[in-house]
Amino acid sequence: MANVIKLRKGLDINLKGKATEEIANVKATGLYALVPDDFVGVKPKVVVKEGDNVKAGGVLFIDKKHPEVKFVSPVAGKVTAVERGERRKVLSVQVTAAAQQEYEDFGKKNVASLKGSEVLATLLEAGMFGFFRQRPYDVTPNPEVAPRAIFVSAFSSMPLAQNFEFALNGNEADFQTGLDALARIAPTYLGVSSKQSAAALTAAKNVTVTVFDGPNPAGNVGVQINHVAPVNKGEVVWTVNPEVVIFIGRLFNTGKVDMTRTIAVVGSEVKAPKYAKVLVGQQITPLLEGNISTDKHVRIINGNVLTGIKSNKDAFLGAQSTEITVIPEGDDVHEMLGWIMPRFNEFSTSRSYFSWLLGKKEYAPDARIKGGERHMIMSGEYDSVFPMDIYPEQLLKAIITGDIDKMEQLGIYEVAPEDFAVAEFVDSSKVELQRIVREGLNMLRAEME
Amino acid sequence: MNALRKYVDKIKPNFEEGGKLHAFRSVFDGFETFLFVPNTTAKSGVNIHDAIDSKRIMSMVVIALIPCVLFGMYNVGYQHYLAAGVDASFWEKFFFGFLAVLPKIIVSYLVGLAIEFVVAQWKNEEIQEGYLVTGMIIPLIIPVDCPLWILCIAIAFSVIFAKEIFGGTGMNFFNVALITRAFLFFAYPTKMSGDQVWVATDNQFGFGAADKIADGFTAATPLGQAAAGQDITASLSDMITGFIPGSIGETSVIAIAIGAIILLWTGVASFKIMCSVFVGGALTALLFNGIGSADNLVANIPWYEHLVVGGFCFGAVFMATDPVTSPRTSGGKYIYGFFIGALAIIIRAYNPGYPEGMMLAILMGNLIAPLIDYCFVQSNINKRLNRINK
Repeated sequence: MANVIKLRKGLDINLKGKATEEIANVKATGLYALVPDDFVGVKPKVVVKEGDNVKAGGVLFIDKKHPEVKFVSPVAGKVTAVERGERRKVLSVQVTAAAQQEYEDFGKKNVASLKGSEVLATLLEAGMFGFFRQRPYDVTPNPEVAPRAIFVSAFSSMPLAQNFEFALNGNEADFQTGLDALARIAPTYLGVSSKQSAAALTAAKNVTVTVFDGPNPAGNVGVQINHVAPVNKGEVVWTVNPEVVIFIGRLFNTGKVDMTRTIAVVGSEVKAPKYAKVLVGQQITPLLEGNISTDKHVRIINGNVLTGIKSNKDAFLGAQSTEITVIPEGDDVHEMLGWIMPRFNEFSTSRSYFSWLLGKKEYAPDARIKGGERHMIMSGEYDSVFPMDIYPEQLLKAIITGDIDKMEQLGIYEVAPEDFAVAEFVDSSKVELQRIVREGLNMLRAEME
Repeated sequence: MNALRKYVDKIKPNFEEGGKLHAFRSVFDGFETFLFVPNTTAKSGVNIHDAIDSKRIMSMVVIALIPCVLFGMYNVGYQHYLAAGVDASFWEKFFFGFLAVLPKIIVSYLVGLAIEFVVAQWKNEEIQEGYLVTGMIIPLIIPVDCPLWILCIAIAFSVIFAKEIFGGTGMNFFNVALITRAFLFFAYPTKMSGDQVWVATDNQFGFGAADKIADGFTAATPLGQAAAGQDITASLSDMITGFIPGSIGETSVIAIAIGAIILLWTGVASFKIMCSVFVGGALTALLFNGIGSADNLVANIPWYEHLVVGGFCFGAVFMATDPVTSPRTSGGKYIYGFFIGALAIIIRAYNPGYPEGMMLAILMGNLIAPLIDYCFVQSNINKRLNRINK
């Protein structure tokens, strides 16, 4: 029986536009792109030129600091653009798919007979390692530093998040192979939700399964690490998204890079919220064509509402995104006397609103901040939704003041920006917590490395 | 609504950079966000936000203060006509109090908000709502006979030196309303204590029965009586309903209790602090009831009366719970509350110069709040260090 950890702190936000568990038929546009910004901490060096032909699994760019970390094309085709922004920063490497799909062959391998270093070499070669993250700093890891452990969270508790159990359907064998591969590298921990019952998760082999029961952000891998075996100064752990575990399994089982994933297209402005089978880096236009409301400004989010990035219809599916969410933008709304009106349609954790009375009502919030930024006034707000043994407010203040010693002491090595997402949502002072944490992590990394 | 929005949009350019009224940008901004929820949308981080903001939180506190304001007004009139020995109707009493209290509220807001607007404009920031609460509390914690000019000076002093120089609402470490009161108390002691300030003996704008009040009329608060070695004349029920002399808003336990329910229900005030203030006060008073010498009358006031006289309730509910100046850690709140409750009673019983202890107790609490937090945070830090060393 797996160890069960109950979490009390947190907040589930009930939003409109949940996906029904069926796969929509989507025809891709044929344009794909890998966006270096999706791989935090990587300095990309593009190794292809416009006009080059690549196979699926062919390298598009590498990390300047660690050239062995490669980022590969999801499809076979022709490199049509290397989009650059200010100071020649690489924004995306775009590939137009060829009619005939060819795959780089990395060779079928039996994971059980491989050493950890061989598994790692294959993952680096096939571009899978780029999808990994490490704590501290929540960046793509340095492959030379062996991790103490690898953590996989098999669920996301974010609002309208993809149901991984549904995405796992039919991929159980690949998922297990992926876990086996990770377990060759370092002890691997799998966090599953108390609501998940698939045997591939609860009875996963070669890994330590821990069941988490609690509100969002219980699905955050950072929260799970904090409860299973917190990261100490000087230690490194790797985290891998469950979708990527499936990719890894496919790589070893077929010898091919196949980055097909099942994402949820959700949100109050999506007419028929459903799942779709897509490739990483696919243009999101066809997912939304004729499927979103047109009577108001909408915000298209690459990812979920709390950690996703504002995007647009022509953008590409993020490397780590498992949802595309569409909500009202709200910049054309003028609401009067908000500080005193009852505002029945607004969700709030504060009892000065009526969310607590309306029970299971589904809300359709827009992207307005709904207040001005202030200093941190109310105490205990962050604390009530932060299920880690860390003082979030004090840590944030240490980051704001640039006090590196304090940051270390207060546990910055254990956190990622996403862990502060719910706190940022409930914050009445409207401080940009995730941005602050990211800056703090970057500051510390620049200082330490 | 649309017409109003159009008008606001029309005049808006005047206040923007380069507009002729740019010097009043912060004022315009304050009023615009007061009328309409700002519709700026999230740029980084979360894409949706909780509907709560500091405007609404502060409004809840102001709403919670209204019962105290209304009762305070009535009690000012009640005490006036009682002193005059005149039988007045409910509305006469209330109207007299209204005329006595309203100028203080207006002056408090005018002076405090003017400073806030200037500072916001100067620092190119948005107006912060903190003063909405402070400005309502200040008139409630002063005696009715406090002259307006003194009030102006005290408010200007405390808003500038207790708040703005530290960076505004959220950065101050003393409660601004209490600094105002402390300033008044130490700079103008004769206007703040004694037995001549608690009942309005003059007519307000020509209204009232001052001619019936004897020259040199005095009325002491229950704590004042006890400190002077006299027996307390007020009954327990008067102390609870609030028909006793005292600072304008602090007398009625019932009005304060209504405010407390609003604050606790909306989650604006901390239950932990509020409760532990009462626990700390009750236990200390109980201790003094047992060990206090017989000639120290204040120490011998029964513990339950200690909790309902003077500013104890008002301080516990509205000022000790100020989120900015109280500890930020959850455990620290218990210690902080207990400390304030206990200290208030100790000052009452063993300070010969000053019958009430709540003001100084909360200010002392504000002073040690960062220290309490430090201990809790340090224990978390040590836990993390031990993990490495293990």
